[in-house]
Amino acid sequence: MRGFLVRRLAALVPVLVGVSIVIFLLMHLAPGDVTTVLLGPQATEADRVALRRTLGLDRPVPVQYARWVARVAEGDLGTSIATSRPVATLILPRFLNTALLTATSLALAVMIGYGAGLLAALRHRSVLDRVLTGFTLLLGSTPPFWLGLVLVLFFALRLHWLPVSGMTDMAGEGGALDVARHLVLPTVTTALGPAAIITRLVRSSVLEAMGRPHVRVARAKGLGRGALLWRHVILNALPPIMTITGLQLGYLLGGALFSEVVFAWPGLGSLLYDSITARDTPVVQAATLLIALLFVMVNILVDLVNAALDPRLKES
Amino acid sequence: MQPDTAHAGTRSENRFRAESGAPALTAASRRGWRIAAFARDRAAFAAALFLLLIAGLALLAPFISPYDPAAADNLLRYAPPGTAGHLLGTDAQGRDMLSRLFWGGRVSLTVGVVPVMLASAVGLLLGLLAGTAGGWTDQVIMRTLDVLFAFPMVLLAIAIAGVLRPGLWTEIIAIAVVLIPYVGRLARTATLSVASMPFIEAARAAGATRTALLLRYVTPGVLPPLLVYATTLIGLMIVVGSGLSFLGLGVQPPASDWGAMVSEGRVVLRRAPHATVLPGLVIVVVSLAFSFLGDGLRDALDPRSRRR
Repeated sequence: MRGFLVRRLAALVPVLVGVSIVIFLLMHLAPGDVTTVLLGPQATEADRVALRRTLGLDRPVPVQYARWVARVAEGDLGTSIATSRPVATLILPRFLNTALLTATSLALAVMIGYGAGLLAALRHRSVLDRVLTGFTLLLGSTPPFWLGLVLVLFFALRLHWLPVSGMTDMAGEGGALDVARHLVLPTVTTALGPAAIITRLVRSSVLEAMGRPHVRVARAKGLGRGALLWRHVILNALPPIMTITGLQLGYLLGGALFSEVVFAWPGLGSLLYDSITARDTPVVQAATLLIALLFVMVNILVDLVNAALDPRLKES
Repeated sequence: MQPDTAHAGTRSENRFRAESGAPALTAASRRGWRIAAFARDRAAFAAALFLLLIAGLALLAPFISPYDPAAADNLLRYAPPGTAGHLLGTDAQGRDMLSRLFWGGRVSLTVGVVPVMLASAVGLLLGLLAGTAGGWTDQVIMRTLDVLFAFPMVLLAIAIAGVLRPGLWTEIIAIAVVLIPYVGRLARTATLSVASMPFIEAARAAGATRTALLLRYVTPGVLPPLLVYATTLIGLMIVVGSGLSFLGLGVQPPASDWGAMVSEGRVVLRRAPHATVLPGLVIVVVSLAFSFLGDGLRDALDPRSRRR
């Protein structure tokens, strides 16, 4: 296991270098002069040259890249152009809010996806199976932001069951219950798309596992339905399901961005959106880097869990 | 919005026939067989007709739109669907929804189709190159694509579109770039699978040059799975593109597309829900039609992959 871990982590290094180069170049390619943004259009050419030198923008691009990486490695993510605050202090609270939304969404997506997928597989070719499969197709084609707005329309504006947006009620007493009420619609909005994909995959993996010879043998030997399902079907179907569930986390981070914008949830996604609108490059850079890092780490974690579940994977 | 790679891999029908012992088909009868198989799949056939209709309406927007899509009528704002003269009502500025949906379709369909075509072309080239050259070329290409895989797809598209100036081409380029790794990986897998087949060896033994092998024998085998994948991707990219437009990173007013219409309608959600609901419904139905079409194409090109 340790060798596998070391190999996986070693393979990570070139990916992380690549990711940092992509993000650095992306921001470098952004049109518009940063000195104009910082100093305003009235600044003299001498001021601009001086500022470029202070920011290190007069150095060759590889040097700028190396300096940026060194600063990021020390935890210095730069200063926000729009708010003049250190990017790290802006990002941390936002990150925690996004982590909350992503965690609840992943939990909901997994509950719906595993439950519905198992149900569809066990009732293969029934009406229920068809209805569930139909729903997964429909949800796969539904833009998350639109789904969120439709949910707001019904559950907030028409039925008044849940708040329209935000994370807490300004007038209310606040507390965990208040946050939970505000969390419901963004969570459902973020979770339904991934839930559909997980459902489809659980259904097909379980169907495939049920058709294997050892399952037939176990059934012939008179193993009870529950034990058969758990020991021989579900455990065997888990690795591909885990992989897709891990991938969904990336999808969730994308979907969460739309939920955050629609519901004004103060997370990384809405920060990214505001920063893009404000052309606040350092914040965009840091938020993108953080989300990509998270995504890569989750994928490694999924690999490790899978290797623990299926020792054959360690060999490849 | 993550492309469904589980559905991506298919094998060509010739291999199916070779393995089942059936005689090889002539080009004409093979084509007829595929079209017949496709037409048998009623959902896919209906989806194809529906998409043709939508594309026709979008194409003919200048001639069939009842109103100028940008013309505001201050006396008739928030009109619900069914209002006399405005079949689908008007938006917050009194603009005719039906006309805006026709015109918006031109942009939304472009954003769905063009990036997928661009990414397919580049991805096919990279996949063929990586799959046939092997060695260092393969490593460099695939590791570079791995880097792009390290980003959640929507996030990367937003980041690219966000640093460039918003507009139609920004949206197209952003989506095309994030799709290249997905298409490239599929094209490489398909290339490796086709290149290992006996008929390739036979062609090589018969003296076919490298270029001829690649163009006449390998590429035709790689195209069918790529076509199926691209069709499914178009539906997904209409959703992704509408998301970029919703965030204001796509076409700018007065031009509009379905995603931007949802965004504009959002402000008056309580007063005029149809301004948000209708364009979103159109996105859902069109995207769904593309995925039905993709499924039908897969079944027609690869009978063994029929859904269970």
